[in-house]
Amino acid sequence: MNQQPICELADLAAAVPDGAQLVVPSDNCGVAMAATRELLRRGVSGLHLVCVPTSGLQAEILIGAGAIATLETSAVTLGEFGPAHRFIDALKNARVRMLDATCPAVHAALQAGQKGLPFIPLRGLIGSDLLSSRADWKVIDNPFSPGDPIVLLPAINPDIALFHAPLADRAGNVYIGRWRELLTMAHASKQTFVTVEAISERDLFEDAKLAPGVVPAIYISRIALASQGAWPIGLPGHYGADETAISRYVQSAKTEEGFRRFVDEWLGETTTANA
Amino acid sequence: MNPSFSRAELLVAVIARLLEGCRHVVVGASSPIPGAAALLQSELGRGALRVTILGSRRYNAFTNGGVETFDLAAQGRIDAFFLGGGQIDGQGNINLVGTGAYPANDVRWPGCFGSGYLYYLVPKVILFREEHTRRVLVPKVDFISAPGVSAPRVYRPGGPCGLLTGLAWFSFNKRTQRFRLESVHPEHSVEEIRDQTGFEFDCPAEVPFTRAPAPEILALIRGRIREQIAETYPRFASTFAN
Repeated sequence: MNQQPICELADLAAAVPDGAQLVVPSDNCGVAMAATRELLRRGVSGLHLVCVPTSGLQAEILIGAGAIATLETSAVTLGEFGPAHRFIDALKNARVRMLDATCPAVHAALQAGQKGLPFIPLRGLIGSDLLSSRADWKVIDNPFSPGDPIVLLPAINPDIALFHAPLADRAGNVYIGRWRELLTMAHASKQTFVTVEAISERDLFEDAKLAPGVVPAIYISRIALASQGAWPIGLPGHYGADETAISRYVQSAKTEEGFRRFVDEWLGETTTANA
Repeated sequence: MNPSFSRAELLVAVIARLLEGCRHVVVGASSPIPGAAALLQSELGRGALRVTILGSRRYNAFTNGGVETFDLAAQGRIDAFFLGGGQIDGQGNINLVGTGAYPANDVRWPGCFGSGYLYYLVPKVILFREEHTRRVLVPKVDFISAPGVSAPRVYRPGGPCGLLTGLAWFSFNKRTQRFRLESVHPEHSVEEIRDQTGFEFDCPAEVPFTRAPAPEILALIRGRIREQIAETYPRFASTFAN
């Protein structure tokens, strides 16, 4: 908890140390893209990125920039926009350590983390190459009902959770609505950094309709104002994805040089959205 | 013969029939045809089938975040789900990771998503892949994201009920661990299926054509279903029907 959580975007990015285990949400619930660009500006490196449970452009760009040492995710996908070229290239050339997962495994491991448990069991997985690829996942026999093999996953307690949300208040409460994985991420992580569209002068708990969708300030370390902070990804209920920008990215990122040019141009822009 | 319906319309009608009797179907990301089919079956059954489409606002009544799909599956509250794969083999194993040796695959796909869990827990998993070629339907997948069958002691209430492609419908027999060719789509042949399928499958002496959608079904698809699916898949809705 930080009594003065509200800070500038650059200060938020500067507080993410190289080598941190960083947990981020999927494209449909608030991706902190303005903060991601700020991380690239400061040349962040060696991150262990955990995606809940998948990622798109955010992981792709961090990988392309060489910021990721370890990638833990159930998928990296740009959907109908085309292949995630930098992700594919990095795996082919063994530039990142890949920890493939399945969606409920990421959720469950964070749930173990939020409860302070060392591990959590999960159904499924047995007999797959996915399980064989994960030396950190174990199979035990159900101690309550022998003859029932079940997978155990170690808890995930990230150093920092990072996401974008519609609204915060001065005390550091953050409104997330029904995207409850953001709450789990905040519970499981040592610190939570959030960018927001707006900062309310009113205590979010004063509104009974907002209160159930709030991450309380006790979990929040830093909040920075970032209008259109998910751009070019959308923020559900607020704005959609910028399809032109994402398509242009996918075209550019086919080559390493194209990617570099695109990112240089992107980071050079003083305003991002509506530019 | 020039059928009066598109391939997408045929597939929507086939999947809707497969969903008869289900109470709740969940449709994953990037799945416009299964989404339209689920909505069609819901209309035909006058709402007896509850439809959840991930990525939709209108057809998603979850309040517990991304984990809710998986918890519902564990509770037995999802009867049907759809999975695809860059590769699918004759034992129902699916590969969503890539070809060649892992992890520096020759071709890398996005990743396993929820397959390593939902394939085990959802009773009726419909494998759906429009491309029907030896590239996709292989003798043995290069990476098992999720296996088609499990050892008897492994907890597995779910699994594949069959495989629908742009050319045919196969049922899956868990006991023999093999697919059986049940029908060939209009304008295609058993010979073509054999040519384009990389794994062995059971094939009866007489294989019927896949039943064409009735005119009233086509009218429903082109009317109400097209409107409903447009909320999640506007581009698909404007192009898929004849």
